[in-house]
Amino acid sequence: MSEPRSRYWNERSLTLWERSYLPEVVRGLTITGGVFLRNMAKWMTFRKGALTTYYPEETRADYAANNRGKHVLVQREDGKPQCIACNLCATVCPARVIEIDAALDLDDPAHPKYPARFVIDYSRCVFCGLCVEACPEDAIRMLKDVPALPALDRDHMWLAKEELMTWQPRRDPAKAPAEIGARSPGESR
Amino acid sequence: MIQDLAVGLVFIGYAIGVLMTFGLVLTWVERKEAAIMSDRIGANRAYLRLPFTRVKLVWWGLFHGLADGMKMLLKEDFRPNAYDRLGYELAPWITFAPVLFVFAVIPFGGTVVPAVLFEGVPLLVDWFGDRAYSLQIAKLDAGLLLVFAFGGLSIIGAMLAGWSSGSKFSLLGALRAGSQMISYEVVMGLSVLGLVVVWGTVDLDMIVRRQSGTLFGFLPAWGVFYQPFAAILFLTAATAENKRIPFDLPEAESELIAGYFTEYSAMKMGLFMFAEFIEIAIVAALFTTLFLGGYNLPFMNDAGFIFPGHRVVTLPHGVVLVTQVVVFLAKVMFMCSFQILVRWSLPRFRYDQLLRFAWKFLLPLALANLLVSAVAVWMLRSM
Repeated sequence: MSEPRSRYWNERSLTLWERSYLPEVVRGLTITGGVFLRNMAKWMTFRKGALTTYYPEETRADYAANNRGKHVLVQREDGKPQCIACNLCATVCPARVIEIDAALDLDDPAHPKYPARFVIDYSRCVFCGLCVEACPEDAIRMLKDVPALPALDRDHMWLAKEELMTWQPRRDPAKAPAEIGARSPGESR
Repeated sequence: MIQDLAVGLVFIGYAIGVLMTFGLVLTWVERKEAAIMSDRIGANRAYLRLPFTRVKLVWWGLFHGLADGMKMLLKEDFRPNAYDRLGYELAPWITFAPVLFVFAVIPFGGTVVPAVLFEGVPLLVDWFGDRAYSLQIAKLDAGLLLVFAFGGLSIIGAMLAGWSSGSKFSLLGALRAGSQMISYEVVMGLSVLGLVVVWGTVDLDMIVRRQSGTLFGFLPAWGVFYQPFAAILFLTAATAENKRIPFDLPEAESELIAGYFTEYSAMKMGLFMFAEFIEIAIVAALFTTLFLGGYNLPFMNDAGFIFPGHRVVTLPHGVVLVTQVVVFLAKVMFMCSFQILVRWSLPRFRYDQLLRFAWKFLLPLALANLLVSAVAVWMLRSM
């Protein structure tokens, strides 16, 4: 063997100890074996020895505060959706996942148009948040939690209006008049 | 005579059962151990549902092995336009069968005396008379030689598979497998020769019995304490024989897809995988037999325990037998998980490094080890 010469400025040259291979192998095995024993001890004592989140049974606690996750439809105080079925979100959506069927509601003269059907196909949604930005009524928002999606086929990844409206408006700090100021939540315009 | 046949059949059934179980369970152990040592959970979704109930048996994903086997059995057996049909069909079996044969000479327990074991049943006592059997399928004087003979056969399977597939990847994998396995066979044989010099026999049953004593009064007289270098060399060479990381060049996924069995699908490919997993168990069993005292616990013999200070604990024959079998299986399991630890810790060699490692590093070391042990044994004998 000719003497090893470094060909690159950052080429590492191994010491004799490292080149004799076996000590470094033992060191590597100690590290991996140590991690194994540590995690195994945790599992044996009924604690979790992994960093994995066991989705969908568990959800991560460390989503960013402004993470774009599941969509919610904001409700008025009477429980109806704030959406006026203007189709702006469906228009702006780059993945074309929002489908809205508009209907007429004569009981509410201030908001005569409402979505009879509002569905999002999560199998194609790219979570870009453009629908939220496009909405003139602040009717669609995104929670930081991701939707519980796992399904065996794409047809089961559609979420409809009923599921999108499970979010409680009374818990929303933005909806509390005392915190937000003079504007009352029902009349945005 | 018929008694011998009956006992032999029981032993064969036990050996095949143990090997198949190891083959299935090791697929799961490998995934789980890899997952746990990298902070993951690992495969745990497959389950068996009890019929007519909603009870799902998940058992930490233990049934993933079954699911794998099922998948392999039910998949299409794709037949490529192979170069040699006969060789292509034969190769998986030539790889698989010798692996099973090796276990025939490995003693998996002490001596069983059926007349003592079935004391309560006069019929069986009369039938067996004063026969005694060591727990070993084939009690051969040339046990260790048989191991190497059958170990060498699996090269033929790999070469045949690669050559007959008619694919460049397969051929490259087969060439690599051939040169690698032949090189490491030499190292393996030489490292074990040191042990043969120490024990003076190649009969595996005899080798295990020689390891039942103690060394210096406290150490168990296991081969690993007589021949520590040979143990390391043997384990290294055996890993290379088994074509596992860090010596997995014949099937290097990133370069050769799956190496010599690229063109195989369904259960034919499954046989290659299964053979590999059983070979882990075989290597572990061989290492246990040669270096870890086989079925021996420290201070234990066929009658019970003899602790230092001449304290003797006598155990019934059945208890001793079960202890020995369980101890052997436990040691084999430990060595299996050690091999898996190695597999998930070390990076792969480059091909030139692999051959240089065998011929320029391991071979001289094995020769030196043999020389030193031969001289030491000669000096101790002549004293």
